[in-house]
Amino acid sequence: MKKLLNFKLKIWRQENKKEKGYFKTYQVHDISPNSSFLEMLDLLNNQIICDKKESSTIAFDHDCREGICGMCSLYINGRAHGPDNLITTCQLHMRHFRDGETIYVEPWRANPFPIIKDLVVDRSSFDRIIISGGFISVNTLGKTIDGNMIPIPKDKADKAFDAATCIGCGACVAACKNRSAMLFVSAKVSQFSLLPQGKIERKKRVINMVNKMDEEGFGSCTNTKACEAECPKGISTEYIAFMNNEYIRSFTI
Amino acid sequence: MTKNSLKLNSKVPSGTINYKWENHKSTLKLVSPNNRSNIEIIVVGTGLAGGSACASLSELGYQVKAFCYQDSPRRAHSVAAQGGINASKNYKGDNDSIYQLFYDTIKGGDYRSREANVYRLAEISSNIIDQCVAQGVPFARDYAGYLETRSFGGTKVSRTFYAKGQTGQQLLLSCYSAMSRQIGKGRIKMYNRHEMLDLVIIEGVARGIIARNLISGEIERHTANAVIIASGGYGNVFFLSTNAMGSNASAIWKVHKKGGLFANPCYTQIHPTCIPVHGNYQSKLTLMSESLRNDGRIWVPKKLDDAISMRNGTKKPENISEEERDYYLERRYPSYGNLVPRDVASRAAKERCEKGFGIEENETKEGVFLDFHSAINKYGKEKANELGIINPSDLEKMNLGEEVIESKYGNLFHMYEKITNQNPYKTPMKIYPAVHYTMGGLWVDYNLMSSIPGCYVIGEANFSDHGANRLGASALMQGLADGYFILPYTIADYLSRYIRVSKKISTQHEEFDKSEKNVKDRIKKLLQNNGSMSVDYFHKRLGNIMWEHVGMSRNHVGLSEAIKSIQLLRDEFWKNVFVPGKIDNGLNAELEKAGRVADFLELGELMTMDALNRKESCGSHFREEYQTKEGEALRDDIHYKYVSVWEYKENMSISDEIMYKENLNYTFVKVQSRSYK
Repeated sequence: MKKLLNFKLKIWRQENKKEKGYFKTYQVHDISPNSSFLEMLDLLNNQIICDKKESSTIAFDHDCREGICGMCSLYINGRAHGPDNLITTCQLHMRHFRDGETIYVEPWRANPFPIIKDLVVDRSSFDRIIISGGFISVNTLGKTIDGNMIPIPKDKADKAFDAATCIGCGACVAACKNRSAMLFVSAKVSQFSLLPQGKIERKKRVINMVNKMDEEGFGSCTNTKACEAECPKGISTEYIAFMNNEYIRSFTI
Repeated sequence: MTKNSLKLNSKVPSGTINYKWENHKSTLKLVSPNNRSNIEIIVVGTGLAGGSACASLSELGYQVKAFCYQDSPRRAHSVAAQGGINASKNYKGDNDSIYQLFYDTIKGGDYRSREANVYRLAEISSNIIDQCVAQGVPFARDYAGYLETRSFGGTKVSRTFYAKGQTGQQLLLSCYSAMSRQIGKGRIKMYNRHEMLDLVIIEGVARGIIARNLISGEIERHTANAVIIASGGYGNVFFLSTNAMGSNASAIWKVHKKGGLFANPCYTQIHPTCIPVHGNYQSKLTLMSESLRNDGRIWVPKKLDDAISMRNGTKKPENISEEERDYYLERRYPSYGNLVPRDVASRAAKERCEKGFGIEENETKEGVFLDFHSAINKYGKEKANELGIINPSDLEKMNLGEEVIESKYGNLFHMYEKITNQNPYKTPMKIYPAVHYTMGGLWVDYNLMSSIPGCYVIGEANFSDHGANRLGASALMQGLADGYFILPYTIADYLSRYIRVSKKISTQHEEFDKSEKNVKDRIKKLLQNNGSMSVDYFHKRLGNIMWEHVGMSRNHVGLSEAIKSIQLLRDEFWKNVFVPGKIDNGLNAELEKAGRVADFLELGELMTMDALNRKESCGSHFREEYQTKEGEALRDDIHYKYVSVWEYKENMSISDEIMYKENLNYTFVKVQSRSYK
């Protein structure tokens, strides 16, 4: 049996968007190093319930706990999804922390992601960007051509796939000093522009999505690459360059 | 209590099986385009089934109201499906066909699914791939640019299309994109972070739902001309499962309690390749894709001593020679080997661990190896040949082989390493079965309508296509087939008949008042309960009872005990649960969980009753009393070739539910005992 760990947690509490937020300190004991960060929060919430001293548990977003749904967030010790690379918070394990360490837990901080409660933010601005054009306008009722009628070179297909792995968690925005959503938007733009099916609408798509991103209040990219460093799926800033190219191209050709 | 006769009209069309769907479609009535925009349809759940239904129905011109409990439809749990989606395209030229896919699915389901539904699914499968390619799903491609496939358990052909280990994600995102396009047009109104808490029935037909806005806490009323339930499965009854934390039974359970019949509740699939349980703090289990069994070989040590040394860490898997390993699936099932169906693979792992050969280094002692060493070697050699490297060193071969494995399963290996802190390229993965998918669900007819007129059920939430066991890569297929291609036709038949007599229903109708009051009373009861234990405490205890007695194997004594224990636990829950928070006071995850666990505490009893009734072993339902000498499942087709269909009567307890039977007839396929030897 490995040694169990104790932590001091400073957690951001905020009743809702309008109320003022603050850090509250909690102690947790006997945490297994194999426990995930969210399992540690479960335990803390259970403690809060049993104590009956607070009116509500700590709200945080989570769902699949397999690193794929993109629901979990959390800014941990100043990093989106905490101190490890290529993971979401649900896949962060307590063995990455020292016994007795003080851990700061905050929500994603960005104007286009308003706080709902405690650590939960509203990421529907991402949905609105997709609604503005993040699709191929094909009818869904099944009268399309055979899949193999559209051969796609493997390198193109792989590149499109790498862009498509974005889970829309918002870590890129949270990590960026400008609160830019360029990595998220560029991933979708690139996926479709690289595929023959998506080429037809490429001009309209990139213009609509970029305009919507600006309208939602996300900042601009200044190439610091913090997004790439914190992206749980390792999406490259190369796609931002690709999108910029697509954007310029859409005016010129 | 059991009754044989009932109004169960499956509406399976007559005629030969390969023309049933075609003929049926020609008899279905249509709704004219100018009427469609006046028709409102509610869709609960926005995974592959719900999302594709939303996209297709709004594409046709209906007004859709879509509900999901997540913050965006993009996060529905279909996103986590890894391995792939089946289609009988025969691109590989290995003699695949609609019949083969149909036959494998029927056999895989242990002859407990509805023949006509399964055939239709196999028929439509090819269409789905074409549709998804057109929507920009980046499926794997070969070097010539054509679609790549791989194999899954229970089949001898290569028919599974995939996008690395993220097929579910890519399919869901394309569905979500198609939905987004319609949201932009105003044809779909999206209700994120909403949970359905009751179905409203007016004059015998489904006319709306009561939903809770999870952010504001407000209870809302929504009307529609039809309600579609696409809320997924109920595996979280077991507490630990591969389902997302929010996956729940509430929507289907509310429909059931309003009169919707529930079919085959006891069929829960246990998936053989999950990361083993490692501690009691754990909140869920993580699945490693079944596709790994294409290249991974499953083994435990042959000698008990070796197993013991593995468990106390004195021996490593690398120290056990080839001769000292028991590749028990290859030994027992030579013709399918590691690719036997999930129920067979799961039971075989349980059998080995119960005999003491489990290798996990903790008190459960439950775990077997999934080893990629042979595959890495094989691919390394092939790759070296391809690159023209003469006499490659072992290290070179290993590196080349690892590259090939990386390209096939990279993200799964990465995930495994993050969770377990072990590198699966160097040392074999440890796996053990875990609760995964529920084949039971609300009863539907061939048109996918439940026993309540106007209430449709699609995807994992219904029961019809997978029988007693689901083959890999067929859940995605069913979800998309139902949503994109079946429901849009069949629902029109109902709506066309209905539209002539329908007038717009007001949310002020007394049935809405009644339902809303019930929902509010229950929330009040939960929040004002003077208890002291958390919801999770009860959920874990329920999970233990279910896993122990209604899990991978069941027997009469255990099931009878479980029913009593669940009843007692339910009473205790209502006496002693403590839910913090105030009514209407916004986001309250504990309240959401409490409502769901209260439902699980009822559904769990029904699952157990169903398992007790079925005195045979079939698919995922293994009754210890009914097995062959070799320990294989022993089916009883004479007495149990039926779907058990349960009816809840208002104000009665779960134990008073009445069971009806839908007899299963097979005309196209010969019912045989299922062997994978």
